Amino acid sequence: MKLLPLLSLFPVCIFASTNPDLAWNSDDSPNPQDLHLTTMSVGAYNLPALPYAYNALEPSISGQIMELHHGKHHQAYVTNLNNALKTYASATSSNDIAGQIALQSAIKFNGGGHINHSLFWENLTPASSPDAKPESAPTLMAEVAKTWGSLEGFQAAITKTLLGLQGSGWGWLVKDSQGLRIVTTKDQDPVVGGEVPIFGIDMWEHAYYLQYLNGKAAYIDNIWNVINWKTAEARFIGTREDAFKILRASI
Amino acid sequence: MAALLRTSALRAGLRARAAKSTAAMASTTFVRGKATLPDLSYDYGALEPYISGQIMELHHSKHHQTYVNGFNAAVEAVAEAEAKGDAKGVAAQAPLINFHGGGHVNHTLFWENLAPNGKGGGGEPEGKLLTAINEDFGSFETLQKQTNAALAGIQGSGWAWLVKDKTSGTLSVVTRPNQDPITGNLEPLLGIDAWEHAYYLQYQNRKAEYFGAIWDVVNWGTVSKRFEN
Repeated sequence: MKLLPLLSLFPVCIFASTNPDLAWNSDDSPNPQDLHLTTMSVGAYNLPALPYAYNALEPSISGQIMELHHGKHHQAYVTNLNNALKTYASATSSNDIAGQIALQSAIKFNGGGHINHSLFWENLTPASSPDAKPESAPTLMAEVAKTWGSLEGFQAAITKTLLGLQGSGWGWLVKDSQGLRIVTTKDQDPVVGGEVPIFGIDMWEHAYYLQYLNGKAAYIDNIWNVINWKTAEARFIGTREDAFKILRASI
Repeated sequence: MAALLRTSALRAGLRARAAKSTAAMASTTFVRGKATLPDLSYDYGALEPYISGQIMELHHSKHHQTYVNGFNAAVEAVAEAEAKGDAKGVAAQAPLINFHGGGHVNHTLFWENLAPNGKGGGGEPEGKLLTAINEDFGSFETLQKQTNAALAGIQGSGWAWLVKDKTSGTLSVVTRPNQDPITGNLEPLLGIDAWEHAYYLQYQNRKAEYFGAIWDVVNWGTVSKRFEN
């Protein structure tokens, strides 16, 4: 399965069969509460259920944004990833190397979209949750203070980086062998260079525009209220495999 | 809005001169050549129902304005670095000049290649432009299909353009990521903005609907003029 770095994360058999559930009409929003009941066939990715209700992140992120973002945007990445991987599998079985290469961009974009959003939902939580308090991440906070002086210092640094993004993309706090770093990725490029993603902030306009319009600095200010520091701590302490377990669960 | 910008730009220029006498000449030159937000030739609500007035107002007065400001700031930073012989400082501004300068160029072309439906907008290309479209695409309908497919295929933010090769005169459809402008041997004739801020408030994730609707406000007169120049 040495197809691509993305796929090598998932030691699975791809596309034993197709599943009619994948053909969700794009206007037919899936109810996240029902998703865990929808068992997909082995090898096809599934939209993971949100661990909270669409409106649970208000007022930091509106319910309308969350519903579109999860039910439509993330779903489209999952659908298009599955379609691309299916075509890739047939290109592989017919030894069509040109066809395989032609699909890599679609796999990276849609696979990245699926990875990034799956990590993103898990690293957010309602502001009322104890997990939203930075005290839920004592080990991580100590390392943040060591690297940036304080949580505020880190927040100022990542905010500056996020506001400097040109076009669509993501900002991430990651852990590598050197310690903590802030990185950005363009479009839906995922963090798959060996780093452990601690948490991501989606800077695509669809992540904030309906509520914040062009005021992306206000979106960044408010997202700190709903960061899931407990998840961040677990990813910091754990390995890359731990951070990506949500993806294996969505197969 | 443009008047406000000029005033604040002048003040910034004055401050820069007061602070650094060595940079005075560069700042003076720079203030004279400052980019400003161009006025729209139609009202914000004039492209409705195809593009909402709210989108147009934010897109022009906030987003385009930010590119103008960013471009002016980057040009000023280049002049200051240049005056100090700081080549590294000049080079560091290159991505910002490309992004904000491209944003300013692209939006300026965009506003001009749109017009209210029935008042210059919509309909079909005519004359020499139509002849060229038929030769290079087979039909106007095929051009639309190719453009819409190109728009749908953009991964992230970007633009699709109908362009003319300056040497051969051949028409084609190309895309550019983010705010990269059309440069080199290609002449931009018609630009369509595929950034989410161009349609999200009205169309949300249904971007294919936006790509379908924008043809009703394309100003073919502008496109023809660009083609024949």
